[in-house]
Amino acid sequence: MSRQRQNRRKSHAQQSSSRLQAYLSHHREVAAFSLGKLLKAPVASFMTIAVIGIALALPGAFYHFLKNAQAVSQSWDDSAQISLYLSHDTSDEQGKAIAAALTGRAEIISTRYISQSEALAEFKQHSGFGGILDALSTNPLPGVIIAKPNLSRPRSTQLTHLISELERMPAVELAVFDTEWVARMYAILDVVQSVIAIVAGLLCLAVLLAVGNTIRLDILARKEEIIVIKLIGASDAFVRRPFLYGGFWYGLFGGLFAILLISLALILLEGPIQTLAKLYNSEFSLRILSPAMLLTLLGSSSLLGLLGAWLAVSRHLAQIKPS
Amino acid sequence: MIYFEHVSKRYGQQKDTLTDVNFHLPMGEMAFLTGHSGAGKSTLLKLITGIEFTSRGQVTVNGANLSRIKTSQVPALRRQMGIVFQNHQLLYDRSVFDNVALPLKIAGYHFSEIERRVRAALDKVGLLRKEKVNPVTLSGGEQQRVGIARAVVNRPLLLLADEPTGNLDPELSNEIMTLFRQFNAVGVTVLIATHDLSLIQQLNYPRLTLEQGRLIRNELGSERPQ
Ligand SMILES: Nc1ncnc2c1ncn2[C@@H]1O[C@H](COP(=O)(O)OP(=O)(O)O)[C@@H](O)[C@H]1O
Ligand SMILES: [Mg+2]
Repeated sequence: MSRQRQNRRKSHAQQSSSRLQAYLSHHREVAAFSLGKLLKAPVASFMTIAVIGIALALPGAFYHFLKNAQAVSQSWDDSAQISLYLSHDTSDEQGKAIAAALTGRAEIISTRYISQSEALAEFKQHSGFGGILDALSTNPLPGVIIAKPNLSRPRSTQLTHLISELERMPAVELAVFDTEWVARMYAILDVVQSVIAIVAGLLCLAVLLAVGNTIRLDILARKEEIIVIKLIGASDAFVRRPFLYGGFWYGLFGGLFAILLISLALILLEGPIQTLAKLYNSEFSLRILSPAMLLTLLGSSSLLGLLGAWLAVSRHLAQIKPS
Repeated sequence: MIYFEHVSKRYGQQKDTLTDVNFHLPMGEMAFLTGHSGAGKSTLLKLITGIEFTSRGQVTVNGANLSRIKTSQVPALRRQMGIVFQNHQLLYDRSVFDNVALPLKIAGYHFSEIERRVRAALDKVGLLRKEKVNPVTLSGGEQQRVGIARAVVNRPLLLLADEPTGNLDPELSNEIMTLFRQFNAVGVTVLIATHDLSLIQQLNYPRLTLEQGRLIRNELGSERPQ
């Protein structure tokens, strides 16, 4: 017996150098084994993969559209400006000082002060009513500060805050956001984004449950096998591993399927959207999925698959034991 | 190697399945556990493999007190022993080779080492030529030999068998017994549960005999190991 134990110890020492290698090759083998199991039942596997794919394609596609819309909205930012109409008793010096002070704020990129006389000159030049104004003894036009807001997010709430705050300044009679529709558009995009986030959350939950259920059935179908390998000394981690890889594969293929679905939708929608964009004189066009988007989709789908499998495994594996 | 000290086992509300069992199987010994069907042989083996735990008393295996170890330590305990089952417990979705390789994969051996040891184990039980086939295609005796190869492939210190010759004719049964004796000859501690007295009659090994859960004959002794 002692000779045998010495042998055992010796071979153990030889092994430990390649222990990590053996561990990695075991993982490779289990990954391949789980993939094989999945491919051996293509119809059943495809059902799960399709559910995952559809569930992820919906929020993925919406998010992609939103990103496209937001890219277009960048060009609106340049046209956005706030006009601050100053009270009549504000002097040029005061007006300039206010304008300069506003430029110092983070929410405002630049300001331009238009004095009462400049406003008058401008009005005369552009309106063609110069003669009428000449008849008036005083200048009826107020001084104006044109401010360009910084429209980085969160846009809608920030803008309304800024405008009401500017309006509360004593020298300001009236603050007008000249391009009100931009604010509305941003507000709409914000709402859409929140809706997508909620829907995405719910659908991710659906993916977890779909994978969890598939793995649960897989565990029950392989009950005998689990008992046997537990009997011959498999650790919980060893028993768990093929199922976790199974979940990972389901998730990954589900993600690929989602990408396929979104790409198909993009191809189908390209023509109609071009037409619509032309009617609106817009540069809007759908771009293909970005590499970051592809990675996010695949990453989150594999992670969801893994998590779903983990849920099933931690619930059901402990109950299966030799008796 | 195996030490039972006042061991009783009761399943649920029934009467005791094992009552006050005491014995010591020293390292390197081979012994038979006999008794009629229902006497408690399988239950006794389950107490050694950590499938069941005692209701009273202590079971010590290779120095480890089984009532004190955590469930997470049970797999490591089982890896020290080879277990042979009456119904083989082979996996029919993979080859003979992969069945025998399972304990080595669990223990984390490298493939080259796995290959070498599986071949050696299959050679020992005379099934080297069948390594690629599915065990379903094998006869009962051959399947049992695959089960034995799997039990010894990790060179366990202890070999347990529950009715290993259950469904086999006398000639095959003798072959199986010869295998166990060969493993014992190289130092493995062996405990075989069987109700087949004719099989062990001519073999000169100590016996433990159970009757209705009591150890009525103990040829091993029961003094505490040092
Ligand atoms: N898991 C169990 N639950 C309840 N009773 C059991 C269980 N396992 C065995 N028994 C009972 O314990 C007794 C001994 O069974 P067993 O150990 O299998 O005997 P043997 O292997 O000697 O035939 C039997 O009466 C059986 O019904
Ligand atoms: Mg039995």
